[in-house]
Amino acid sequence: MTAAGNPAITGVGRPNVGGRRFSLNWVGAVPFLAYVAIFLFLPTAIIVGGAFANDSGFTLQNFANLSRPDVVNAIYGSVILSAVTAIGGAILGALLTYAIATGNPRGTFRRVVTSACGVLAQFGGVTLAFAFIAAIGPASALYLYLSTHGLDFYPGGDVFLYDLRGLTLVYMYFQIPLMVLIFLPAVDGIKVQWREATESLGGATWHYWRYIAGPLLAPAFLGSMLLLFANALSAYATAAALINQGGPILPLQISNAISSEVGLHEPGFAKAQAVVLIVIVAFVSVLYAVLQRRTARWLQ
Amino acid sequence: MSRSRRAKLQVFRVVTFVVAAIFFLAPIWFMFEFSTRGNGENAARTLDAWKAIGTYPDLVAGIVASLELAVITSIGILVVLVPTMVWVRLRLPRLRRIVENISLLPLTIPAIVLVVGFWPMYQWIGVNLSDSILTLSFAYAILVLPYAYRALDAGLAAIDVKTLSEAARSLGASWFTVMWRVIVPNISSALLNAGLLSVALVLGEYTIANNLLYPNLQVEIVSLGRTNATVSIAVAVASLLFAFVLLIALSFVGGPRRARAQPQERLVQTFARDLSGGQR
Repeated sequence: MTAAGNPAITGVGRPNVGGRRFSLNWVGAVPFLAYVAIFLFLPTAIIVGGAFANDSGFTLQNFANLSRPDVVNAIYGSVILSAVTAIGGAILGALLTYAIATGNPRGTFRRVVTSACGVLAQFGGVTLAFAFIAAIGPASALYLYLSTHGLDFYPGGDVFLYDLRGLTLVYMYFQIPLMVLIFLPAVDGIKVQWREATESLGGATWHYWRYIAGPLLAPAFLGSMLLLFANALSAYATAAALINQGGPILPLQISNAISSEVGLHEPGFAKAQAVVLIVIVAFVSVLYAVLQRRTARWLQ
Repeated sequence: MSRSRRAKLQVFRVVTFVVAAIFFLAPIWFMFEFSTRGNGENAARTLDAWKAIGTYPDLVAGIVASLELAVITSIGILVVLVPTMVWVRLRLPRLRRIVENISLLPLTIPAIVLVVGFWPMYQWIGVNLSDSILTLSFAYAILVLPYAYRALDAGLAAIDVKTLSEAARSLGASWFTVMWRVIVPNISSALLNAGLLSVALVLGEYTIANNLLYPNLQVEIVSLGRTNATVSIAVAVASLLFAFVLLIALSFVGGPRRARAQPQERLVQTFARDLSGGQR
C-alpha cells in the first residue's frame, strides 16, 4: 500500500498546507512593527499633522510665522554654517583622505588613522563643545598665555567661539573625519594603472587630475559634500552647549519653540520649523543618493 | 613614480598628518589640562575637580540615570530586533526590505526633529504612565535602531540562519531554544557590537533629554558647566574616556574570525552613520 493511496495519510498533510496559506507568521513581526509605529511613525505624524494645526483646527499660520526675522535669520545662519563646514570639511577631508590613500593600504598606520576618523566623526555634542571651550575659550590656558603676550584673539571681548564663527570651527572637528570615512572608498577605487597609462601617453600630473581622476572623483566628492551639509544642518547638541543666548541656527530655534524655558511655548510653530528642516535634509539626502549611485557605477 | 614626486608626496603626507593630529588631539589634551587646574594663577596641578565629581548629587543622579538608560536601551533594542530579524529571514522574506528601510529611517530624521514629535507623547507618558527618566529608553531605542540593525545584519549575514534553525527544529528544539542556544551564540560578536554602539550613543545623548527636560548625564554636565566649569569638564573627559574605551573594545570585536579584507575598516564603517542623529 502506498502513502498516496491512503486517504488517512494524505488527509493528515492537508491541514498543514492550509495552515501555511492562512499562516500566523506575520505575528512574529508585530512587536517590532508596533514599537516603530508608536515611537517612529507616530511622532512623525504628530509633527506633520501638528504643523498645520493650532488649538482651533487647520491653519497655515505656523508656516506664516516662519517669516519672522529671527527665524529667517536662523534658517539663513543654518544654511551658511552647513555650507561653509561642508565645503571646508570636504576640501580638508579630501586632502587627508589622499594622504591616507597614498600610504600602505594594509599598514597599521592607516588602520589607526581610519579608526580614529570613525571615532572622531561620532564625537560631537556637549563634550566637543567643552573641549573647544577648554582649548581656546576665554579661560583656556592658550588664550590666557597668548593674551598676556600681546596676541589677543578675542579683541574687545568679542568671543567668536560663542557664535556662528566658533560653531563653524567646532563643526569642522566632526565634518573632516566624516569626509574621510565616506570619501576614502572612492579614492581607493582609483587605480595606479590609470596614472601610468596617462604618463605613458605623455600626460602630466595636471592632465591626470584634470581629465582622469578629477572627473571620476567629482560625483563622490559632491555627494560627500551634500552629506556633510545635511550632517551640519541637523546637528543640535554642540550648538546648544556652546551658544547660550538666542537662536542663530534653526535647530536652536526649534528647541526654543518646544520648551517653555524661554517663555515661548509654541508647539505648532516648532513643528512647522521641524518640517522645514526635514524637507531640506530629505532633499539633500536624495541628491546624495543619486550621486552615490553614479559613483558606484564608475568605481566597481 | 619619479623620485622628486615621491619626495613631494612624502612631505605632503607628513605635513597633513601633523596638522591633523594637532587639530584633533589638542582640544582633548586641553580638556585634561583644564580639568586638572588648581585654584589661582600658577597653582600646582591637582585632581581636586575629579575628586569633587561625587559631591554633586544632581550630577551623580545624571550619571546613574544615563548608565541605566544605556543598559535598558541596549538590551531592549536587542530583545526586539534579534527575534524579528531572524524571524523575517526565516518566514517573512518579503518583509525584509521593509524592516531594513524602517530600521535605517531614523538616520535621515534629525534628533531635534524627532523630539518635536516626542514632546506631546512624553507629556502624556509623564501623566499617565510614569514620569521616570527611564521612559526615555523608548525614544533612545529609535536613535540606536539603525546602528543596531546594521551590526546585527552583518552578523546574521555571516551565518546560515535557515540551515541552523531547521537543523535545530528537526532535532526537536523549541523556537526559544533555537534563538537562545543556536542563533545567539553564533552572532555573539554582532550582539556585543550592537550593544556597545547603543551604550556609546546613549551616554552621549543630549538633544532629546534636554528638550524633554529630563536630566541625564549630558544635561547635568551642561548645567554644572555654568557654575563649576572645571568639574563639569572633568566629567566630560571621563565620559569621553569611557566612550573611547567602548569604541576601542568595539574595534577588537568580531575582527579575526571573519577573514575579510579589512575587518577594522568595515567595523568603523558600521559605526559611521550616514546622517547624524544621536550625539550631535
